[in-house]
Amino acid sequence: MADSPAIWAVLAAGAAVTYAARGLGVALSGRIDPAGAVFRWVGCVAYALLAALVARMILLPVGPLQETATGQRLLAVLAALAVFYAARRSVAAGAAAGTAMMIALAWSGLSPF
Amino acid sequence: MPSRPLRTRRPPSPALAAVRDALGIPGVVLFASYVGFGSLVRESGLGLPEGLVSTATGWALPGQVALVELYAVGASIVTIALAVALTNTRLLPMVVTIMPLLRDDRAPRWWFYALAHVVAVTSWANGMRRLPALAPGDRLRWFAAYGAVLWSATMAGTAAGFFLAGLVPKPVTLGLVFLNPVYFLLLFAEDLRDRAKVLALGLGAVTGPVLHLAAPAYGLLATGLAAGTLAFLLDRILARRTRHRG
Repeated sequence: MADSPAIWAVLAAGAAVTYAARGLGVALSGRIDPAGAVFRWVGCVAYALLAALVARMILLPVGPLQETATGQRLLAVLAALAVFYAARRSVAAGAAAGTAMMIALAWSGLSPF
Repeated sequence: MPSRPLRTRRPPSPALAAVRDALGIPGVVLFASYVGFGSLVRESGLGLPEGLVSTATGWALPGQVALVELYAVGASIVTIALAVALTNTRLLPMVVTIMPLLRDDRAPRWWFYALAHVVAVTSWANGMRRLPALAPGDRLRWFAAYGAVLWSATMAGTAAGFFLAGLVPKPVTLGLVFLNPVYFLLLFAEDLRDRAKVLALGLGAVTGPVLHLAAPAYGLLATGLAAGTLAFLLDRILARRTRHRG
């Protein structure tokens, strides 16, 4: 599969559709009043999309994380949040704790469910 | 420590400040996340050039992971393009909301089209918080430098991950891949003062997985529109109520 020429077409298509979203964003931004209701609505849609994406990455991941159990991922998220709040909202400490917990769980094979 | 006199001194330059900001946690997290991507590329039977081109041109991890995974299972180019497009539609509202912060009448229009390429979750979430504190004339340079450093970190991470694939124990790779969603989650948990934002995040997180199970292809986009609109309306209703009471 590695020498299949189709991968370059796939990469080009991926780049095109990805930039289309960004370029369209620039084009539209000039027409939306930053103080208006439409702008606020667009912001809400952005945050909802991001939250949905992060929830999906944790609960229903694509890629390597499919090998881990849902319980392991949830426990690692809990560890990250607990340390984040305990360490006065330190993103670094929370992220490190979540990663360390995931590594420990994946290594030991332990899972709450 | 002489803290008083320093406060009146102007920071060296917005670009330098951005480099310093980006080389901290954001750069480390993105590097580590892309180490995970680099090894995924190799394990999927693709070469380093393909991985680097994906990172350079896609520059949004969830879409890149979807592309590589779908390609590896032999999906058609149309299926892959659609999946990537639906995963990355979020970039549109993200660009729309950050552009007013970058507005600078002295800059040519194409600058903004170029800068839009380095809008992704990390640069966006940090930019939305950092940019308002900067002088309007400094913001473009800050964001350009910030994006350039993060972009370089992802390229280096992709290459490192490709060469490290197989050498790094599997649990460590899994931990690195997991770092990405955890970091995003904490970025949002860090700043929960705006009611509309909290509503949108909460509704999106709850609705997202449900709609994804119901309609894997369109679930994400449907969630964004439905949960985002609901959050927007709820916020307006709540705002009106407090105004009436006050």
